[in-house]
This record gives sequence, C-alpha cells and structure tokens, in this order.
Amino acid sequence: MRDLKTLSTEPRRNREWWVAAGFLAPFMLAFFMFVIWPMAHGIYLSFTDQALTGAGGNFVGFENYVEAFTDPTLWGAMRNTVWFTIISTVPLVIIAMTMALLVNTGLPGQWLWRLSFFMPFLLASTVISQIWVWIFNPEIGAANSVLTGVGLEPLSWLQTPHLDLISITIATVWWTVGFNFLLYLAALQNIPDLQYEAASVDGAGRWRQLWSITIPQLMPVTGVVFVLQILASLKLFDQAYQMLPGSTDTSRPIVQYIFEAGFVGYRFGYASAISYVFFALILVVGIVQITISRRKVQR
Amino acid sequence: MSVAQQSPLTDVTARRNLKPGEKPFGIARLLAFAALAIMAVIWLFPIVWALATALKTETDAAAGDLSLIGESGISFDAFAAVLAEGNVYIWAWNSLWTSAVITLITVAISAMAAYAFSRLKFRGRSALFFMVIASIIVPPQVLIIPLYYQMLTFNMVDTYWGLILPQVVMAPIIFILKKFFDAVPIELEEAARVDGAGRFRVFLTVVLPLSKPILGAVSIFVFIQAWNNFLWPFIVINDTLLMTLPVGLQTVISAYGVQYAQVMAQAILAALPLIVVFLFYQRQIVKGVATTGFGGQ
Repeated sequence: MRDLKTLSTEPRRNREWWVAAGFLAPFMLAFFMFVIWPMAHGIYLSFTDQALTGAGGNFVGFENYVEAFTDPTLWGAMRNTVWFTIISTVPLVIIAMTMALLVNTGLPGQWLWRLSFFMPFLLASTVISQIWVWIFNPEIGAANSVLTGVGLEPLSWLQTPHLDLISITIATVWWTVGFNFLLYLAALQNIPDLQYEAASVDGAGRWRQLWSITIPQLMPVTGVVFVLQILASLKLFDQAYQMLPGSTDTSRPIVQYIFEAGFVGYRFGYASAISYVFFALILVVGIVQITISRRKVQR
Repeated sequence: MSVAQQSPLTDVTARRNLKPGEKPFGIARLLAFAALAIMAVIWLFPIVWALATALKTETDAAAGDLSLIGESGISFDAFAAVLAEGNVYIWAWNSLWTSAVITLITVAISAMAAYAFSRLKFRGRSALFFMVIASIIVPPQVLIIPLYYQMLTFNMVDTYWGLILPQVVMAPIIFILKKFFDAVPIELEEAARVDGAGRFRVFLTVVLPLSKPILGAVSIFVFIQAWNNFLWPFIVINDTLLMTLPVGLQTVISAYGVQYAQVMAQAILAALPLIVVFLFYQRQIVKGVATTGFGGQ
C-alpha cells in the first residue's frame, strides 16, 4: 500500500521540483547575492587587512578581532549602544502602551489621535533630525525657550557629553513610538468584548477590568514589542549620525563606528570584524527571545 | 482559529464603544481625554513648529521665541528659496520611482517564493524556508561593508541598480505571505487546475487576485521602508543627481548654515508627500503597518 503511494506520487514530485525552482529562482538569486554571499564574504574580510582603497587584503588571522576587543572606542560605542537601548526601549514601550490604552477607550477624535502619534513614524530620519536639531538649538531653539519660559536654565542639548545621547533618545521616542502604539492598538482590538461584558456583569468597574483583563491580555504583545524595540534600538545610526555628524565618545553608537572604520578610516577588514562583534550582540538578544518564547509555549 | 486570525489584515481601526451602563462624560473619561489631548499637542508640536518656522522670514526665525507667526507675518520666502534649488525635485523623483520599483520587485519575487513555500512540495523545502526566516535576525547594518565591496566589484556603486537591488530581499514579507497563502482554501486552486491551468497560471489568475488586501498591506510597508531608507543609499550613492531625498537633504544641511527657515521649509517639503498620502489613506496604512509589523513574529 505504502509502496504504491510513493510510486504514484514520485513523478509528480519531480515535476513540482522544477515548478518550485521557477517560483523560487528570482528571490533565491537575490537572497544569495545580497544576503548569503555578503555574510560569508564579511567573515572572510574580517580576517584580512583589506582597505577600501583596494590595498591590503592579506590574511591576518584574528588580528582584527584582537584589536576590536582591546579598542576603547569600540567598547565605548558598545556602551553607548546598550545605554541608548535601555533608555529608549523603556519609554517607547510604556508610552506606546499608554497611548493605545487611552485611544482604545473610544473617546472622540480617533482620527486625530492616530494622526498625531503615528505620523512622525512615516517621516524620513533626515527630516526628523533637521527638525530636532532646530528644536535643540542651544541659542534660539524651542526646547530652551520652553525651559527659560518656566524659569529653568537653558541646556546645550546636543553639545554636552552624555546629554547628547539623551537628546537623541527624546527625538527617537517622538519619531518611532507610533509604530509600537499601532501594535498595541491592534492587540487591544483583538481582546474579545465578551470578556469585558462578563466582567461587567460580575460588577467589575473600568479600573478593575483594566488590571485584571486588559493588562494581562497585553503581556504577550508586550514581550514582542520589547524584543522588536531592543533589536531596533541596538541598530541606532541614522538620527545619531545626522544630529551629531562629528560623533563623540559619549554618543557614537556601534553602527556608526562600523561606518567610520569602513568609510572614513577605509579599513574594510577591521570594519567587518566590528560588524560581526555587533552581530554577536544581536544574536544574543535573539537567542534570549527564542528561549523565552519557547518556555512560554511549553507552559 | 480565532476570528481575528481569519481576517488577513490586523484591524486597528475598529472602535470599542461605551460599556453598558457607562456614563459618556464620567470623570474618568474626562481625565483620559485630557491626557490624550496633552500627548497629542506634544506629539504634533515638532511638526507644527517646523511648519511655523518655515513660514517665517529668516530674521523672525532667528528671534528665538515661541510665537507661531513671526513679526513680519507669514512669509513664503523660505519655500521659494528651497524650490529655486533644482535638486530637491530630482531627489524627490529619484525617491519616488526607486521606492516604487523596489516595492514592485520585492512584492513580486516574495509572493512567488512564498507561494512555492506554501503550496509546492519539493525536497529541501523546510530547510530552505528555515534559512530564509533565520536571515531575519541578520541586521542589514552588518552587511554594508561586504555589500559595498560587492558593488565595487560589479561596478554598481553610484548606479540605480546598486541602490535598488540590495533592498529587494525582505524575508519577513515571505513569512507573512506564506502564512496568508497557507490559509487560502486549496479547493479554489484545484478547480482551476482540473480545468488544465498550470501552476503559474493558477498563481496569477486565482491566488494573486485573492491576495489583494495582503499584497496591498505589504506593499505599503515596503514602500515606506524604501522611501525612508537612509544608510544604504547614503553609502552607495555619491553622485548628487542620483541621490534619494533623505540622502540629498543630509548633504545640504551644512550648505544652508544658519538659515533655519530654509532648513525647515526643506524638511516640510520632504515630509509632505507621505503626510498627504497618510491623510488620504490612513486606514489602509495603519492596517498595513500593523499587519506587517507583527508579521515577523
């Protein structure tokens, strides 16, 4: 019985293979050209002293990696990146959730709320950088006008070590919170009305419903948003580079260091090595996420 | 399967109405409204402020006060000055058509591949699919150095192909579309196949028309990504005339120096196309981004 079945499907399977190859070829070609090959070639480059100018290209063993691990600039960039990830992820999750909870109450003005919170996400990084450099202008910027208006001292937002990264965080929260807001809003719409009705019948008020239905139901989404946000924050480059082109040791994120090593210092070999150190950091977050989500499934 | 999963698009525009027995203007609702209003004002302020600055004279803009309209009234000088510079049009056009081409290629090749992963049986299918999905974890930023090297080898630095091609590989789109194709009833295709239609014909005439909503959603997402992409276009394009809008704007920040009204006029002009599109297609864009945003998970 089993043999018969295999026999009858074998030619069809073979034909399907060719059909599948046809369907897959365009994507796979691009995938191997622009993802797999660069990934492999990047590993190779990281073991050479290849320069952007075409010079070098000799195999240097682990030299680049040894240099990376003893490079204070790289460690500084690592620290800045992780610090930025922490101080941006927390508000980006909490504010997004608050916005979504408030909008989801069905208050009038839905169109306006969604517009206000989500629209910045649609703007190019260059645009938001220009706007915030203007707002953070130390002499005539709006941020300082507000500060002096309420009787506080003006700040040099983008010119003060450590404060510069916080200023970039403020701009980033404003720019990207809308995306997380949408994810939360979508999750809220998916909580069945039935649960609220049942709770109402049992005499639970709005506040009680929030804590015993809405917030627990949002936990899985919060996990997803957290991980997506951490991964996005670790990749900080655009706005940091645009708002602070002459990067400082207290603001330079790791992607900017890859860029500087490769395209300013012309050291492609070393820049590739840093790229893979950065990739290792991303992988660690990814593995932690997979472990956590697997544990949840098992439960 | 819940009702929410059956719908291909994540609906975030449905409104939850008042709960039974709830007062329309209770104190809680008033407080919630006030909180929303304050946040909306804070979130709208930067854009309003940029627009207000752009509509001032340079002297008024440099006055450093918070007034929305300058002393000499509303002025279009800054917009006129920016528009007199021809490059802005070229960059906007480059952004528009390259983003459209990237969207078209990405969605076409992803839909074909996703269909194969969903419907066709072939050896190595799950291994290949796993490889594609696993690549989602690789940040594009890790690949810029070897990719640039590759472009140098192929003489594609400073060409539109060099700009476009590396952007068409988007593994999350494959994942989303495969999930959608998996849920399409196979009977619809089988009917067409009994009539003698080949796989590709069935794909074009049966599957794609059924997938219009999801294809629209991912197209919106891909287009926004491409339109706003900075790092790769910034690296691969050095020729001013080939630049996209975000990259072109970056190069002239210093050129304008302290002419704040002009810098803001430029920012507003660059933001305008997507803002206008958003005002008209808010529902579709919100759905598209929410659907695709969750898709990678």
